[in-house]
Amino acid sequence: MPAKGYIEVNELYCKACELCVTDCPYGVLALDMERLTSKGYHPAHMVQPEACTGCGICAVVCPDAAITVYRYERQKGEA
Amino acid sequence: MTLAEVPTRIVYSRPEVLDKRVTHYCPGCTHGVAHRLVAEVLEEMGEVENAIGVASVGCSVFIYNYFNIDFVEAAHGRAPAMATGIKRLLPDRTVFTYQGDGDLASIGMGEIVGAASRGEKITVIFLNNANYGMTGGQMAPTTLPGQKTTSSPYGKDAARFGKPFRIEDAYSGFDMGYLARGALVGAANINRAKKMIRKAFEKHMDNQGLCYVELLSPCPTNWNLAPLKAKDFLLEEMTKHFPLGEFKGGDAK
Amino acid sequence: MAKQLIKGNTAVAEAALRAGLEGYFGYPITPQTELLEHLSARMPELGRPFVQAESELGAINMVYGAACTGKRVMTSSSSPGVSLMMEGLSYIAGTEVPMVLVDVVRGGPGLGNIAPAQGDYNQIVHGGGHGDYHMIVLAPASVQEAVDLTALAFDLAEKYRTITCIMMDGSIGQMMEPAELPPMQPLRTEIPDWAVRGAKNGDKRVLTSINLDPPAQEVMNLRLMKRWQEIEANEVRYKGYFLEDAEYVVVGFGTAGRIALSAVRAAREEGIKIGLLRPITVAPFPIDVLDELTEKVKAFLVVEMNAGQMFEDVRLVVRGRKPVEFFGRMGGVVPFPDEVLTEIHRLVGTPQTTEGSPRDRWLARLAETIG
Repeated sequence: MPAKGYIEVNELYCKACELCVTDCPYGVLALDMERLTSKGYHPAHMVQPEACTGCGICAVVCPDAAITVYRYERQKGEA
Repeated sequence: MTLAEVPTRIVYSRPEVLDKRVTHYCPGCTHGVAHRLVAEVLEEMGEVENAIGVASVGCSVFIYNYFNIDFVEAAHGRAPAMATGIKRLLPDRTVFTYQGDGDLASIGMGEIVGAASRGEKITVIFLNNANYGMTGGQMAPTTLPGQKTTSSPYGKDAARFGKPFRIEDAYSGFDMGYLARGALVGAANINRAKKMIRKAFEKHMDNQGLCYVELLSPCPTNWNLAPLKAKDFLLEEMTKHFPLGEFKGGDAK
Repeated sequence: MAKQLIKGNTAVAEAALRAGLEGYFGYPITPQTELLEHLSARMPELGRPFVQAESELGAINMVYGAACTGKRVMTSSSSPGVSLMMEGLSYIAGTEVPMVLVDVVRGGPGLGNIAPAQGDYNQIVHGGGHGDYHMIVLAPASVQEAVDLTALAFDLAEKYRTITCIMMDGSIGQMMEPAELPPMQPLRTEIPDWAVRGAKNGDKRVLTSINLDPPAQEVMNLRLMKRWQEIEANEVRYKGYFLEDAEYVVVGFGTAGRIALSAVRAAREEGIKIGLLRPITVAPFPIDVLDELTEKVKAFLVVEMNAGQMFEDVRLVVRGRKPVEFFGRMGGVVPFPDEVLTEIHRLVGTPQTTEGSPRDRWLARLAETIG
């Protein structure tokens, strides 16, 4: 299944609470242990982007309104 | 067609009425979820320019920094009285308080009971995290039996300090427009909490009396639990004492 | 308008209403209750908000909220109730929103009694609530004066974004006297720029008394103090009686001032060159006139219905240049003019000193009287 959507994490707001990571039903997200935000947190990012459905659960549970959710607008029959 | 070429649409983004600044809340604290839900509801109802918020004393004391709406700041516990004054003078405005459990359920018990018994036409958003967050996690009337806090280091002894304060029992006789309890962890709970907030604001603007939504919120820092563990504690322990649901003004089951 | 026989509490309530009162929040307490009762009938008649709160704490915080809308609002209470309001008064002062408080003072401390007293001077004039703030305090000595000061109280509160307190004692509140009420004024239509109303086009207003940054809080304190200096320069009000040739001066406010006037008149009939200074604004205190009198007179007598609260302010102005003696009754006891006349005779007939403690001397005399 190709990705139906994707998310952007605004790293200004992300505090690495991990709630989005565990609440994502498709295992799309993880904390990025390679990077720190300007406030010193490991930000959430997509590690399985192909599994993202754009459902928005991560954004709903995010306490810091850090997540923007996009969905792809494919025509019927497109791969 | 590569993925980058596929057109997209935004299905969720930060509400405009939330200010752009970063909140001072700890990681995993869901004050931010409550703020966002209130912001979304005000936007969806078209009430942003008509709203006046009353901030309280507690971790949310600076809530007015995070909303692009008019706000006043109340003394500790007195937000419902202040909201009464505003609503009586400006009866067509959406007037709401945003209070924590130390503020509402302890020092402000007199003011919230007064407002509820008068049927004051305001909305009360009550964030319950079972302790005094701002002062560093002391015992509150909402603290669970046995729960350790900085002022109940051996665990709260309910025989000496009381059972957790449950509003639906305490206010069962009041003629309120709406009374519900939601939780701010897990998408299903949060979506349900948003519906509760929406209903509260609608019934308040329909002059049905005081409308009240209690929101269970984890306090990872003062519970000494990582955010994910705090979420589990809320769902497994806190909801035993604070059942979720609508207690007044809800849809017939 | 013709004069009518009217109770002080009712008269102030009606005068406030006619001055354009837009919201009243109160709680019953003797000897103030008629004020609340009158407005409970009159405000709904005019479609204006009246709320009997769950407590004085609720009432003052309702006024706090209502004042944030920029409307003309007030509350009233009596001493124990005003003690309970102190939290809200400090917040209101710190938020710089205008309101009027009527304090119908009764005997204390504690539950005390419901008789007239002046024991609230310190808590009203010198704070009571936490932090550095002042209220304008008007002290009427008759029902008519209370009526006349009511509209002024609102005007001053709004002009300076401050609290104005009409501090009258239980006798002014309970007494019926002929008084002329002012005509009904229209409600104000303009909203002050600072008032909350709902943020149109993102033009948001926040009214708060919190300022975590100490230097910023100090700037706010400085603003309050500068405003108070302006009030001190412009808003002092007092009434002088027989001061032109006075060799001795009695100082008293409110009912004590009124009783002292009877004694001063009697002393004048005996040929004693004595006058009366009756502060109408006890805050700001009439410092300049008292300072001028200090240069002219031989001695002062302060008369109060407390243990000498304004007395300390008089002494601060006189600064030991002339003797200042004190006479007071406490706990709801109202002095008779004869008692004050006796004190005047003592002041004039015996050598006076700036040495020692006038309060100790008074307490010794009082102990002989009341045992």
